[in-house]
Amino acid sequence: MSTVKLTVNGKAVSVEAEDRTLLVHLLRDHLNLTGTHVGCDTSQCGACVVHIDGRAVKSCTVLAGQAAGANVTTIEGIAKGDELHPMQAAFRDNHGLQCGYCTPGMIMSAIDIVHRHGGELDEATVREELEGNICRCTGYHNIVKAVLDAASRMKVAQAAE
Amino acid sequence: MGMEGIGASVVRKEDKRFITGKGRYVDDIKLLGMTYAHFIRSPHAHAKVKSIDSSAAEAMPGVVAVLTGKQIVDDKVGNLICGWAITSKDGSPMKMGAWPAMAPETVRFVGQAVAVVIAESKNVARDAAEAVVVEYEELQAVADMPSALKPGAPQLHPEAPGNVVYDWHIGDEAAVNAAFSKAANVVTLELTNNRLAPNAMEPRAAIADYDAAEEHFTLYTTSQNPHVARLVLSAFYNIAPEHKLRVIAPDVGGGFGSKIFIYPEEMVALWASKKVGRPVKWTGDRTEAFLTDAHGRDHISKAEMAFDADHKILGLRVKTHANFGAYMSLFSSSVPTYLYATLLSGQYNIPAIYAEVMGVYTNTTPVDAYRGAGRPEASYLLERLVETAARQFKVDPAELRRKNFITQFPHQTPVIMAYDTGDFNASLDSAMKAIDYAGFPARKAAAKAQGKLRGIGLSCYIEACGIAPSKAVGSLGAGVGLWESAEIRVNPVGTIEVLTGSHSHGQGHETTFCQLIAERLGVPISQVSIVHGDTDKVQFGMGTYGSRSAAVGLTAILKAMEKVEAKAKKIAAHALEASEGDIVIENGEFKVTGTDKSIALPMVALAAYTAHNLPDGMEPGLKETAFYDPTNFTFPAGTYICELEVDEATGKTSFVNFVAADDFGRLINPMIVEGQVHGGLVQGIGQALLEHAIYDSNGQPVTASFMDYAMPRADDVPSFKLSHTTTLCPGNPLGVKGCGEAGAIGASAAVINAITDAIGNNKLEMPATPDRVWHAIHG
Repeated sequence: MSTVKLTVNGKAVSVEAEDRTLLVHLLRDHLNLTGTHVGCDTSQCGACVVHIDGRAVKSCTVLAGQAAGANVTTIEGIAKGDELHPMQAAFRDNHGLQCGYCTPGMIMSAIDIVHRHGGELDEATVREELEGNICRCTGYHNIVKAVLDAASRMKVAQAAE
Repeated sequence: MGMEGIGASVVRKEDKRFITGKGRYVDDIKLLGMTYAHFIRSPHAHAKVKSIDSSAAEAMPGVVAVLTGKQIVDDKVGNLICGWAITSKDGSPMKMGAWPAMAPETVRFVGQAVAVVIAESKNVARDAAEAVVVEYEELQAVADMPSALKPGAPQLHPEAPGNVVYDWHIGDEAAVNAAFSKAANVVTLELTNNRLAPNAMEPRAAIADYDAAEEHFTLYTTSQNPHVARLVLSAFYNIAPEHKLRVIAPDVGGGFGSKIFIYPEEMVALWASKKVGRPVKWTGDRTEAFLTDAHGRDHISKAEMAFDADHKILGLRVKTHANFGAYMSLFSSSVPTYLYATLLSGQYNIPAIYAEVMGVYTNTTPVDAYRGAGRPEASYLLERLVETAARQFKVDPAELRRKNFITQFPHQTPVIMAYDTGDFNASLDSAMKAIDYAGFPARKAAAKAQGKLRGIGLSCYIEACGIAPSKAVGSLGAGVGLWESAEIRVNPVGTIEVLTGSHSHGQGHETTFCQLIAERLGVPISQVSIVHGDTDKVQFGMGTYGSRSAAVGLTAILKAMEKVEAKAKKIAAHALEASEGDIVIENGEFKVTGTDKSIALPMVALAAYTAHNLPDGMEPGLKETAFYDPTNFTFPAGTYICELEVDEATGKTSFVNFVAADDFGRLINPMIVEGQVHGGLVQGIGQALLEHAIYDSNGQPVTASFMDYAMPRADDVPSFKLSHTTTLCPGNPLGVKGCGEAGAIGASAAVINAITDAIGNNKLEMPATPDRVWHAIHG
């Protein structure tokens, strides 16, 4: 057992966990942040994507101990109070989700995609960038639409700041 | 239509919890004192279980119990049932071997559980499972149907000689022989329909909680039909009587058929929770999903179609072998029979059809309904056959289809189904226009000039949804009725709760079902909530599968709504001192027509509950229920056209365009309908290009993770151009047909027809991987 100290959604936390604990299990089982999901055993599906120090990472490939001292953001931490993150709003407005299971990972990946491309995105780029996130419900059509929509919303929001 | 009524693309009410991480799936639930289960599964496809030594595991700290197959059989829990009786040609009932929840003596597929560890944590359970020593005596396995059917092949079950479950047929063999004897042309095709793994993104999970004082179980489970689960667990698996078993299916992360069935893991969790006196949780991992979730498809077929000299179809003869895997799953028997062969007429006027289907046991994961269930297999077979005919006759494939379309309705096919309505020319026209079919030859030539092989492929599908009425399915062998129930509670303040037996695991019922209420009463959908997925709350229900929720479930809600309205009108008329016949409902108000007198819904509701001034003899309250049993299946139909390019050097396929023109009858929420189509199309494209659940010759699965099984990803598939043509379904008052499976049913034939058109070789099986396509081009 080890003590892992990190910041999750802006709050400092200290967790006693087995050394083999994965970050995804620390979030789900120890911190009850169950929005981050597990959809496979092989780091293929992306349902577990969170941000570590601002970058999208599959939390099933990270030991909790490796996240010590890091700033972790989960799906529960991206809205500002009642105000949804533009990516969350775009997924809802474009019907970019059905069963909702892959959605948190999709949204966290998509925010990172927009950040990395500075809002300059086209359909082909979004599709290629979403390679690491599997959805079985939507056929991706509306997810791609949502990401492109959010990219322009985020650009507008950034320009306004 | 109001802003939130029928036909409006209302943004989904349920989305807020999913996009903020507040969805509540089974694995998100923790109970006090909960233990964790980990199954010990067979690594062999066929073996005798010689011994299980759990002493080392039981001695490990944190291990609560190790339970085995022998114990569950001794406790008389199980065996698993198949709920649809099929009778062979010779009149004999289907032949099934026993399927215990954990194998006490013989394992018949890789992944079949033999024991379970119950421990204080997931990690302890997993560690202890490693310490359980199981001694097996390996037996020869049969991994595919040709091997299983060979004389002298290893036998799976003594009850099923030759590994044959049934040898069934449908149609008029003599009429088909007569049709072929006068045919000017006969077109023949042999093809396989590849085995698929359903892969809902949420792995299956179960939490069982036994209350010893009340002798009562609660089961949280990833189910598409919690009431059916309770019924089966009570009536057949000896868990507990129904009033002592509550089944809750909370948010469920996709189903696609795989979560219809009641699996061994739920039974074991329930049984174990009583044995250890604590809640037991099991959460499957992805490899367990590949090993134990019922697979889909897996047919080998030979089809022959007879035409007259004018290219009119005279008859169809089909012989299919269907792989059931090692055991008969809950509805497996119906899939390659009544859900497959009854759709072999497609959109065409075929005077005579004869189909034979042999169900076969193999040492593989059980096979059952997966999105479309039988109908994709029928549609794929027929649409490849018709396309093959067009090429053989050197006629335009669209025109050959058109020539043979059914245009008069109702239409009785030779294989049970009576199509109620449709306009197949309209959807074909719509799709051809959307893809600029007339301009294709020029595009093909232009692509050729750039060294690309371009092809176009059509698929005109029809499916049967709703799976009803109960009397009809009962006469065909179904063990259940296929109606739906609903209850509407108008609360004293005028808000409304709708309890439905349908179950939403992505379909958006919490929005679309509210839209019906908004349409009828003129109230905002924010005042309506949908309750589903809990046997303690909802009176009964058959769940969601077979694209039945709108046609059956929503119609049940409408029937309950009509009763609510009738009573509310009486109350309003009494309060307004008007005649009941003069009351109309508008924007949440009950108005006396032609006057300015009205009373708002909350006041009517309050009057119903205060009961101070109700019409003489009226019971207080405003709550009604309905059970609705449809009069027929519904028949969604449409045309999909795929245009693509094949790289001659690599065999890789790239989409150019994919259009879908569907007739689903009335659309409740077009945005949600289109989302269903997108998802279905990608499952059909996945089958055509990527997905294949493969076993080696010893029955070892070689595609048991997302590393090996090619799931469609965002860059494998195109965006889609959708359109709708509409003929209202006369079988239900809403005129709806169902849209959940169409994409998966129609897409694969369009893709393969396009590839074979591009490469000029019709000999191509799914999935059409670059390797297969390259060999089809270059030999």
